[in-house]
Amino acid sequence: MTPRRRRMVMVALIVLGVGSAAAFALTAFQDNLLYFYSPSDVTAGKAPTDRVFRVGGMVPEGSFTRAQGSLEAHFILTDYAHEVKVSYTGVLPDLFREGQGVIARGRMGADGVFVAEEVLAKHDENYMPPEVAKTLKKQHEKPTNSGPLPTT
Amino acid sequence: MAAELGHFALILAFCLSLPQAFFGLMGAHWRRPHWIALANRAVAGQWVFTLFSFACLSYVFYQNDFSVLYVAQNSNSELPTFYRFAAVWGAHEGSLLLWLLVQVTWALGVAAFSGNMPQQMTSRVLGVLGLISAGFALFILLTSNPFLRLWPAAPDGRDLNPLLQDPALAIHPPMLYIGYVGFSVPFAFAVAAMLEGKLDSIWARWVRPWATVAWMFLTCGIALGSWWAYYELGWGGWWFWDPVENASFMPWLIGTALIHSLAATEKRGLFKSWTLLLSITAFSLSLLGTFLVRSGVIESVHAFASDPGRGLFILSFLGVCVGGALGLYAWRAPLFRSNAGFSPVSRESFLLFNNILLVGATAVILIGTTYPMFMDAFGLDKVSVGPPYFEAMFLVPMLPMVFLLAPGMHAAWKKASFESTKKILAVLLVVAVVLALVVSVGVYGWKSVMTIVGLTAAFWVAGAALVDPISRWRKGHSLPASIIGMSVAHFGLAMFIVGATTVESYKQETDLSLKPGQSAEHAGFTFTMTQLSDVKGPNYEAVQSEVVITRDGKQVAVVHPQKRVYRVQKNAMTEAGIDAHWNRDLFVAMGEPLGGDAWSLRLQYKPMVRFIWLGAAVMALGGLIAICDRRYRKRVTVDEGAAAAAGAKTA
Repeated sequence: MTPRRRRMVMVALIVLGVGSAAAFALTAFQDNLLYFYSPSDVTAGKAPTDRVFRVGGMVPEGSFTRAQGSLEAHFILTDYAHEVKVSYTGVLPDLFREGQGVIARGRMGADGVFVAEEVLAKHDENYMPPEVAKTLKKQHEKPTNSGPLPTT
Repeated sequence: MAAELGHFALILAFCLSLPQAFFGLMGAHWRRPHWIALANRAVAGQWVFTLFSFACLSYVFYQNDFSVLYVAQNSNSELPTFYRFAAVWGAHEGSLLLWLLVQVTWALGVAAFSGNMPQQMTSRVLGVLGLISAGFALFILLTSNPFLRLWPAAPDGRDLNPLLQDPALAIHPPMLYIGYVGFSVPFAFAVAAMLEGKLDSIWARWVRPWATVAWMFLTCGIALGSWWAYYELGWGGWWFWDPVENASFMPWLIGTALIHSLAATEKRGLFKSWTLLLSITAFSLSLLGTFLVRSGVIESVHAFASDPGRGLFILSFLGVCVGGALGLYAWRAPLFRSNAGFSPVSRESFLLFNNILLVGATAVILIGTTYPMFMDAFGLDKVSVGPPYFEAMFLVPMLPMVFLLAPGMHAAWKKASFESTKKILAVLLVVAVVLALVVSVGVYGWKSVMTIVGLTAAFWVAGAALVDPISRWRKGHSLPASIIGMSVAHFGLAMFIVGATTVESYKQETDLSLKPGQSAEHAGFTFTMTQLSDVKGPNYEAVQSEVVITRDGKQVAVVHPQKRVYRVQKNAMTEAGIDAHWNRDLFVAMGEPLGGDAWSLRLQYKPMVRFIWLGAAVMALGGLIAICDRRYRKRVTVDEGAAAAAGAKTA
């Protein structure tokens, strides 16, 4: 092979490699994008029923229930306009509390209860997930830091 | 008083960074030795004042001076003394002061250990470093001053975030910063070489130790962070593909590419402009990481301080640094052509593939990390990219890279024939496959093809890393530190892959509910909760459970996981109970009370998890050994320098 042809083969190989990697990346990307929906979106039926997505909002006071000794917990996520019922089985994060903003990742169940696979609460009492803060702003309601939260 | 002194010293440090930049750059440009000497003095002065400023901040923390806003926000009179010092960098303002201290210490290091470099080069490097520290000092003074007073003074502080009250996390930020900031030195060298219009093998020899040291600290810093997340966040994971973790991982990958590309530049005068580009990119990604963490554009456990003003400053600073360096590169890069050729099968080719694949991996992570930001910025969907994307995509470039590593280590420069090493590499590959099958199928049970592939790669690399040192030693050849360093670092990588593959393939975790007296079976072990008790710490109260772990009736370990509530911040914190063993961890974390005496517990079995951090430590050790090589300490004689300069001109 002449050096020139050798170089062309190298270039072709690299282009092929980069191309297949990019194609693979795009598919992996599409499959793993997690969309975020507010409780209002979910109530309005905008959220998908067949794939995993995230929903975020505040957990209103008094909405958290759990049967004694059981790992299955139920709570509500609200953006003060609409709310979504959530169920979760497992250990909740340390900062999960009523009156806090949380994000749940999971699927919509057939009975209209969101079945969470993972619940995220942030490690700062003043912290609110940006998505939640934005949704709340849209609803023209600002939650107070200390006082009890309004329930809808 | 100490706060005002610290503030004042910080202003003086900023003022000194300007002459450092001006006299450093202009002294070299106009060849004025007095100006160059002045720049050196400015470095020392700046270091003294920054250190003094940092000491002042530490002192007000030690004194519990709650009339200083930053102290009131991040400390408390009940906080143990050790953590009062760690609290200095426990939040945004103080951690930036630490950043600046590290920055000026690196500059001082360059000034002190540059005896083998021409004065002009040193002077330019110091000048560029002066510009960078000026930017950071200004950033602190304008947007994040830790010395601001609070009036009236708070009666007591709001305490340090309980998550940060941990020895590993107390040293994690300094380590990480030394690494991050360390990449500003190769960056400064790159800019200096471009200004000078000259880049040769000797230049690469000057830069290599600096790049390696920065890479070493970054390795340690990331490993410490991962270890901390493992036991402190209570989830038992060691890597979450969290945006902030990615932010520290990207400079690491590019830094790794850089130290490999520098090898080719030093030995063969190749990849010159590529090396420059990597030096610029490594530091740019460090700055990008800072921007991601500090501006609050991404949500993450680390995003504690979000302030648009700060984000804007860092973004502009990033723009100036990267834009300036890339502009200079576009102008000067044609000067740095390398005409030396190499055959398609040679060490150069292997290093090239290493670089392409590492840069590819960085691109994968960069896209996944920033895509949600762009979507949000343009008002499109709110999305996040999940760990499955990173896990799948990261392996695409990394797997071929690891398999190329074993032959690559044994390829000769220019043209490799593999005549002497073909046989041993093939034997090692067969041994690696057999070992991988024994470990995966024999010990743990069949899981997937990828498990076997991963283990094979790891064993092959581990074996290949040892071939060279052993054969040199047996033949009685000299064994330079750089070769030992390379072997050790690659062996560390193999250890890391063994750990990561095994733990990801064979970990077992479960959430369940236990009462004192009850027990549960998990991964072949019996976990019995024997008692619950209340424990009091210096600044927290905790519920502690005692869990006895037995296997076949024999006691293996007793662990004491806790659920703490810190008095000031009222945050609940999980202290996991871990029984660590070289080949497995048993991990018990308390969830929450479920009513009665029952608690939710998370039980985990983590085989080989220690190898992940041990592997990283061994990698860093390899770097440490490599920089001890004699040739970095040797002074360049006038003749050699002149010969190299002549060589560069003809090349």
